[in-house]
Amino acid sequence: MTDLATTLAPERTAPVPVRPRERSAVGRRVLVGVLAVLVLVALWELVKVVVPDAGGHLGEASVLPRTDDLAMPHVWTIVDRVLDPETSAAGSPTVLSAMLSACWFTLRVALAGWLVGSVGGLLLAALMQRWQLAEAALVPWVVLSQTVPLIALAPLVVGWGGRIHLGELEWQRWMSVALIASYLAFFPVTIGALRGFQSPPAAQVELFRAQAASWSRTMRSLRLPASVPYLLPALRLGAATAVVGAIVAEVSTGTKGGIGRLIIGYAQSASGDPAKPWAAIIAAALLGLVAAMLVSLLGLGLGRYRYAEVR
Amino acid sequence: MNAVEARGVGKVFASRSGDVHALEGIDLTVAAGEFVSLIGPSGCGKSTLLRLIADLDTPTSGELTVFGKTPQQAREAQDYGIAFQQAGLLPWRTVTANVELPLELHGIGKAERATRAAELLSLVGLDEFAGHFPHQLSGGMQQRVAIARSLAERPSLLLMDEPFGALDEMTRERMQTELVRICAESGAAVVFVTHSIPEAVFLSQRVVVMSPRPGRISAVIPVNLGDERGEDLREDASFFAAVTAVREALHGTPVTARGVDLR
Repeated sequence: MTDLATTLAPERTAPVPVRPRERSAVGRRVLVGVLAVLVLVALWELVKVVVPDAGGHLGEASVLPRTDDLAMPHVWTIVDRVLDPETSAAGSPTVLSAMLSACWFTLRVALAGWLVGSVGGLLLAALMQRWQLAEAALVPWVVLSQTVPLIALAPLVVGWGGRIHLGELEWQRWMSVALIASYLAFFPVTIGALRGFQSPPAAQVELFRAQAASWSRTMRSLRLPASVPYLLPALRLGAATAVVGAIVAEVSTGTKGGIGRLIIGYAQSASGDPAKPWAAIIAAALLGLVAAMLVSLLGLGLGRYRYAEVR
Repeated sequence: MNAVEARGVGKVFASRSGDVHALEGIDLTVAAGEFVSLIGPSGCGKSTLLRLIADLDTPTSGELTVFGKTPQQAREAQDYGIAFQQAGLLPWRTVTANVELPLELHGIGKAERATRAAELLSLVGLDEFAGHFPHQLSGGMQQRVAIARSLAERPSLLLMDEPFGALDEMTRERMQTELVRICAESGAAVVFVTHSIPEAVFLSQRVVVMSPRPGRISAVIPVNLGDERGEDLREDASFFAAVTAVREALHGTPVTARGVDLR
């Protein structure tokens, strides 16, 4: 053995350090994110300074938006407004606390929808990987499903939900919202998971076949781990779309308590209190980011499966 | 019992532009413990023949048995180990876990897996790299891990499809010497696909020369260079003589040898 070891010695190389730059890369990403927000704020204020209050006109046609304080309030006005009470009524909570509790409601509903959608998407992808016929039959429908406007679906789902009584389970309004959110979330997960399941090269698939491994074993030990680099971005995207779906569904089903309803409520005071609707819009956008970030946490424990994503 | 027996085996791939006869009338017997190389130009069906034995494809005609069973039964009974040109290691598993994979798939206990993996890694000279991940290894080292993996279940037949094809010449020769030793230790029969004449001659007891369109066996050259095959064999006249014999069989006509007649 020893003589062999010495013959082989020149080929041995020092172990390659695994992802030495990861930490600094995270730091840089945060920095870039903060910079992007600052640039956006600067652009907003720049437009307010440069474009006349009445907006830009070419003849009769309006080509640039109105930039007066009513249409585009200053950034600091919006920030101020967030910290003020919601209404002039005594004991009214601040806009911030109202928005936080609304976001918390929507986030929970969206995550429930994301969970349902992700599980459904994974199962659908597994089905399509298992039978090529299923893939050929289902992919067009999966794509088509995303062209149906959510607004059209919402009343239908609420209608069906109202008729569901499973023993103790009473169908709640928020469940309809979650279901609609899952309808948006399942799409990226299905597509990402299918690509991931099909990603192992022939040599690996045939190795499992040569070992007479069953389909489920191959799925568990080969296809699922190999799909992680595809799944994580898909799940992240699914979380963001679930939030959008939940907000739209809240509005179209008239569900109270969430940020969707808050946006509508605040929009009604736009003429007198223009900073308020903007605050709600920003909160909704941030909510999508938070949801995506929460899902990113899933990737922390999966480092060894993310070789393709990282390198 | 013979490791592989093929009687009139043929394989036709149906394609839109007509049938492709990848293999036709293949008769081949590989005895237990025998090292046989398949050599020939691209498209001669040597890899196809290996895939038929491994039950990764099914023959369209003829009869093929592996240890007296159908290839499917042999595959399900784990009678063979296999290594491809690509190492095909799972990147999320350590070197040890990659070697353990076949054992894990067949429900071998943890302790036994660990012992066997350690054994195999020292056999291929990689014990120090047990905890590394595949991307931390060179191509040659990855290929050695794949060979260790193919030996995990002590198969009595090894199927190898150009396992050294992607390696540089120096590593390749080192791996060949190593493979001769490993095979001698394990006593397994080997079917080895290659397109390198010296490689086939150095490793094999018999070299099966194939010709393309349709894939056929054109000659079988016995090469008996003895059990003790070291580096000096590569400089030996008997080695060159065998290389010439295979080359002539491969080209169909005698190559006009300058100088000494090696036969």
